[in-house]
Amino acid sequence: MNSTVTLKDHWKEQRLFLSRLIAAGIIILVLTGVLIWRLVQLQVVDHELFAELSQGNRLRIQPLAPTRGLIYDRNGIVLAENLPTWELTATPEQVLDLDSRLQSLEDLGLINLAASEHLIELVRSHRGFERVKLANLSETQAARFAVRRHHFSGIDIQEGLMRSYPLGDLTGHAVGYVSSISASDLERINRSDYAATSLIGKSGIERSYEVTLRGSVGYRQQIVNAQGRILLDPVAVDALPSSDSSQGALETRWPTPGKNIFLGLDVRLQLAAHRALEGRRGAAVAIEPQTGDILALVSMPTFDPNLFAVGLTQADFQKLNNDPDKPLFQRALTGHYPPGSTVKPFLGLAALHYDVIDPDSREMCPGHFILPGTSHRYRDWKPEGHGPIDLHQSIVQSCDTYFYQLAVKLGIDQIHGFLRGFGFGERTGIDVMNENAGVIPSREWKRTQFTQREDQTWYPGETVITGIGQGFTLVTPLQLAHATAALATSGQRFKPRLVIATEDAVTGKIANHEPVLLDIIGNVEEPHWERITQAMVGVTEEAQGSGHNAMRGTEYSVAGKTGTAQVFSLAADETYDAEEIDESLRDHGLFIAYAPVENPTIAIAVIVENSGGGGATAAPVARQILDAYFLEGPNGSKKY
Amino acid sequence: MALRNIDIGAGASAFLEPERKRGIVIDIPILLATLSIAGLGFIILYSAVGENSSVVLRQVLRFGVALLVFGVLAQVSPRLLRIWSPWVFCIALVFLLMVMLKGEMGGGAQRWLDIGIIRFQPSEIMKISVPMMVAWFMHERPLPPTFMQLLILLLIFCVPTFLIYQQPDLGTALLVMFSGGFTVLLAGLSIRLIAILGVFSLSCIPVLWSYMFDYQRARVLTFLDPESDPLGAGYNIIQSKIALGSGGLFGKGWLNGTQSHLEFLPERSTDFIFAVMGEEFGLLGLLFLIGLYLVLVGRGLYIASQAQDTFTRLLAGGLSLTFFVYVFVNSGMVSGLLPIVGVPLPLVSAGGTSMVTLMAGFGILASIHGNRKLLAS
Repeated sequence: MNSTVTLKDHWKEQRLFLSRLIAAGIIILVLTGVLIWRLVQLQVVDHELFAELSQGNRLRIQPLAPTRGLIYDRNGIVLAENLPTWELTATPEQVLDLDSRLQSLEDLGLINLAASEHLIELVRSHRGFERVKLANLSETQAARFAVRRHHFSGIDIQEGLMRSYPLGDLTGHAVGYVSSISASDLERINRSDYAATSLIGKSGIERSYEVTLRGSVGYRQQIVNAQGRILLDPVAVDALPSSDSSQGALETRWPTPGKNIFLGLDVRLQLAAHRALEGRRGAAVAIEPQTGDILALVSMPTFDPNLFAVGLTQADFQKLNNDPDKPLFQRALTGHYPPGSTVKPFLGLAALHYDVIDPDSREMCPGHFILPGTSHRYRDWKPEGHGPIDLHQSIVQSCDTYFYQLAVKLGIDQIHGFLRGFGFGERTGIDVMNENAGVIPSREWKRTQFTQREDQTWYPGETVITGIGQGFTLVTPLQLAHATAALATSGQRFKPRLVIATEDAVTGKIANHEPVLLDIIGNVEEPHWERITQAMVGVTEEAQGSGHNAMRGTEYSVAGKTGTAQVFSLAADETYDAEEIDESLRDHGLFIAYAPVENPTIAIAVIVENSGGGGATAAPVARQILDAYFLEGPNGSKKY
Repeated sequence: MALRNIDIGAGASAFLEPERKRGIVIDIPILLATLSIAGLGFIILYSAVGENSSVVLRQVLRFGVALLVFGVLAQVSPRLLRIWSPWVFCIALVFLLMVMLKGEMGGGAQRWLDIGIIRFQPSEIMKISVPMMVAWFMHERPLPPTFMQLLILLLIFCVPTFLIYQQPDLGTALLVMFSGGFTVLLAGLSIRLIAILGVFSLSCIPVLWSYMFDYQRARVLTFLDPESDPLGAGYNIIQSKIALGSGGLFGKGWLNGTQSHLEFLPERSTDFIFAVMGEEFGLLGLLFLIGLYLVLVGRGLYIASQAQDTFTRLLAGGLSLTFFVYVFVNSGMVSGLLPIVGVPLPLVSAGGTSMVTLMAGFGILASIHGNRKLLAS
């Protein structure tokens, strides 16, 4: 404590305190004066206006719904639109006995309580004056309700707009869907933005561009009587010469419609990929390399988004959700797959760049690879071996032995760094949610990923299998297409995007979104790119090429690479027999490609789950997409 | 003067010397004013809840408990209160932290603490213990506080304010901040420093504004001007203005308020009960109510001016000013003068915890006045 004792001057302190107290008293009087002045203004000066608003007549604020923006593909084909419908709504504070009213509605066949248990909870979670949508009604249902309307105070039908997806399941994953605002949605949104709207974007574009598509809510003030009948509506009154004194106090703010959105998707390619993957589990992604525009984004199996927009019953949802083929799972963005041999062009490029191989010298392939000092045999897909083989042929024929050696020469840390440069192992930043990052392993990654000491060590054998895209490496189909696009542009990576333009629904003004250049892999020399391109062309054009069958006779030149990813591994003495093992354990087929080779305008990645070799299953899917792209319709008719 | 402190000890006369400790201390003006306000409150509440007498009965019981607390605290000598101050403050702080931890684990907003038999809001205790703590801190020190002391004082009332704001309970946080702030102001914070602080915080606004996102700006604007959002926060204020305005000078009469009875006015038994009063009893009714509040505030300031040491002086002044802020924030919010923060109308709004705290505050005021001559000796 301070040793000098400051004496308290009681007289001075009391004076100071009193002066403060007097100041406080004056402020209190002033503030009270302001309050009274305000009350006089409300209760005396404006009394008549407010009396009129309250006496018998009441002011109601009627929210006005904005029209949700439309979604088009790049050629102007409608992917999501609004159709007129009848909506059954409830205003909670005016419904006297909610449970019995809902029961009566069910008896009329208008709602299905068993299928939507959450309905009561939903109504209760809204504020008393907020209208809640109960169901969409057909024309006849609406008529059935209309004649009994007087039995249901607080429940009403109103004309509304229903979201519709004309192409159905073709765009289920890419465009996403809207659905009723749930109790959990209410916690994250600003409720007044949805005062007139009952739907909210739940997935895909509908979710990620919710704010753009939604527009902003308007409202109008109306005078209604105690039964809710509209006595004075400024919108109706505007047209009439009016002498009503309260009219001036009534406000209207019109809603601002949401913006229309143009996607980079090309429905023709979407359809081709969809058809080619029909009945399979898999994904296909097509990207325009110079912009990052997603031309096709297909995950199969898929679902019909219209089911959600209309209102899915709990049972239907469970059925979709529990389907073993997982139709709700967006494989293209979230599916994690080993890249298999599709990683070889990238590793070949890495080896050229780091100068760890002589591309023209031939290495012996006896059908397996043995790490020096060990005995384990890493097998080639071709048991008898490829014989002496160089880099070009190793990519064309997809020789595994060559790439086992190559991976060991590169080392895991260089592999990690180089692949990360192509965007593997991180989210691409595509403009929709729920994208997965994949895994590109490294020593560091393994140290942080595992808790057991022995798991944290990186083993040389793990580098070996990384050479053929097995082991810890996982990629999403989107990442694979994105990296293939970067091969096509010799290193320019554009952020993948679905939305390429927005249109103001009122003015019709179109705002194009500029492509976003993420990165340029600038330090790799041009001859290296060229060498890899030639090898990938060989894959589709040379007789021994693993993609030759599928790409035979194309009118355009294609650079491609097949891949076959093991889902489960065999012991060294076992042989793989597709017939013998369970379907879900069979190999995934993969294919990446870009075309035309001279000036690439499309890059593709295809994955077909548990289908066997990529050349036989995935490459034909890519062929269908490429044919649709190059041969169908006037390709130059792109609108934007 | 003789009526100010009466002794109703067994068979004793009412004119015993006030400094005699045996007497029971009751402050008649405070008692009369609070009884009148609470009584008026029961009448309005009966109308606001749709003539449901059981709700009113519960409110009467709550007031009974609050009255008991008032009576008990009035008997506790200010010296004892002063000694308790740091302990009460620390315990309240621990309770607040416990509420916060419980909230984190429960994953939602938390204000209540349940310790066995009783359930209460620690933030309410802070409304009284913050001014007590500030007054305690300055008691032995010469006024006005030095800069270092100011920093400590700032910490004393900003930490609880922040914790309560996190709950989140903006209304109570503001009141706690005001209760501490006023006590510091009364302690003689220099006018120059107040002005500098004011100018500084004003100049921060544009800087903050430029760093905010659009949606944050929209939220602030709606907060400051709720009527710009008639579908959300503005709905309440529009309805309460109609209720007040349609009441006029004389009101529509008890139980005749259409806005409240037709359930157009939200939260009419709690935060917006002032509007029900205005609709049914008009401007005159409101002026009468405001008058009663001013009697209480005036009495509190008078007690502060008569108090004889720093602790009681600051505490009495701080509690009285906070009470006024209570009244002004609620009525200003309901009449559209101020943004909407959840502050109930003191002694009138339905709900128990704040009533007990308020009456505890008045008990302390009564004690300060009733025991003042004991301290001088």
